[in-house]
Amino acid sequence: MLDLEFMRLAFGAGIVVGLLAPAVGFFLVQRRLSLVGDGIGHVAFAGVALGYLLDFPLVLTALVVSVLGALSIEFLRARRKTAGDQALALVFYTGIAGGVVLVSAAGALNVNLFQFLFGSILTVTRTDLAVIAGLGVGALAVIGVLYRPLVAVVVDEEGARVVGLPVAPLNALTAALAAVTIALAMRVVGILLIAALMVLPVIAAARIGWSMRSTMLIAMGIGLASVLTGITTAYYADLPPGGTTVLVAAATVLVGEVLSVVRR
Amino acid sequence: MPLALRLEHVSFGYGHGPPVLRNVDLGVERGEFVAIAGPNGGGKTTLLRLVLGLEQPTSGRVHVAVQRRGYLPQRAQTAIDAPLTVRELVGAGRVARSRLFGPLSGSDREAVRGAIERVGLRAQADRTLSTMSGGQQQRAFIAKALAGDPELLALDEPTTGVDVEAQEAVAVLLQHLGRELGMTILYVSHEFGSVEHFVERIVLVREEIVFDGSPEALPGIWHDPSHVHA
Repeated sequence: MLDLEFMRLAFGAGIVVGLLAPAVGFFLVQRRLSLVGDGIGHVAFAGVALGYLLDFPLVLTALVVSVLGALSIEFLRARRKTAGDQALALVFYTGIAGGVVLVSAAGALNVNLFQFLFGSILTVTRTDLAVIAGLGVGALAVIGVLYRPLVAVVVDEEGARVVGLPVAPLNALTAALAAVTIALAMRVVGILLIAALMVLPVIAAARIGWSMRSTMLIAMGIGLASVLTGITTAYYADLPPGGTTVLVAAATVLVGEVLSVVRR
Repeated sequence: MPLALRLEHVSFGYGHGPPVLRNVDLGVERGEFVAIAGPNGGGKTTLLRLVLGLEQPTSGRVHVAVQRRGYLPQRAQTAIDAPLTVRELVGAGRVARSRLFGPLSGSDREAVRGAIERVGLRAQADRTLSTMSGGQQQRAFIAKALAGDPELLALDEPTTGVDVEAQEAVAVLLQHLGRELGMTILYVSHEFGSVEHFVERIVLVREEIVFDGSPEALPGIWHDPSHVHA
């Protein structure tokens, strides 16, 4: 299997996304914003469509539009102009509707959008992998360096404000990291499934972990194992890699639940 | 003693609602222990939130002279799904005092350890909050508020829903912090229980300040501060 270059590239991209998606998702889940990834994913679709229209690299336009969408959700939520779920709905539907209109305007409704909606990891090129690895490792480094302030905001946002932590910039950073993750993971599991890879490993890890730090590291391990297992299974069983990866991640939640019951 | 904080003609209302506080004037000296009492909806918590900068006054001015602040919110708890240990919770209270990037330094870890010991939770430092009693969790949150070496400690109903033993522990701790460390303490509560014997100043709030003085000078009908009538 690893004799084939497209499989090596797929594993390379999968490893980065498998580690990054749960690391970012960890902070979203703790803030009860599990579905933000889904919302940003739909905005990323508009970014892909914009790329078609302007004939720009699709990952680049998806990245820019996703970051803008994520910051919009955070802005609306923080200003309490709308409830969190309403802010999400507003950006969510505007993104998907904008995507459809832009794709139509680009005359690209007949192109293979399926690969963006459900992933196409086997078509990852060397350039794609370089972009995914560069931005992915950068995002993981940011999380590693700012882990303590990010956790302080997650644990007690008002308390963090009182002691003078820069809460708004840290929340905006989390939103931007989520957008970067989604733009990078688009090719791995697809826009419709990326949020699953950000959330399901974290849910499973919370049932196994013994502290916040251990939960985050276990979630990253589960994300990595899900992607590697998913790609391998998909290769041998001729299944779609994105869907297979997410089903593996979903199965880990069940395993985590069983382990937590046994441990009690 | 220099002032730790001053509120001048402060009024506040939520959104377009009626005023919660009207024309409040209050000065608190450094090292003072001030109990803030009053009925539900009287504006006690709002007063605390204005002092801490979590709300902005509709009119008037809030001036806080001290930099380092610790806060224990009402019914303090965390909504996170992941297991959270006492050490991690208290460590989150130290972040603003330490460098923002990278791991905690040795002296910061020592400060976290000291705050945990001060509330008597050394043996439980690596336990998760979900496995502890309400009183122990409350003490863990107080340790979090103390971890940043605050000059001003604001506590909102710190003993509500905890057992008598925990109330005693909190009272002893606050007495130590106030008298020996000179911390300025704002203590919001319906009932003062164990702290009653060392409260030197009580402020009754019912939209405005209706009493400000020593507990002994409190008019008879107000001795139950939760039933203040104008």
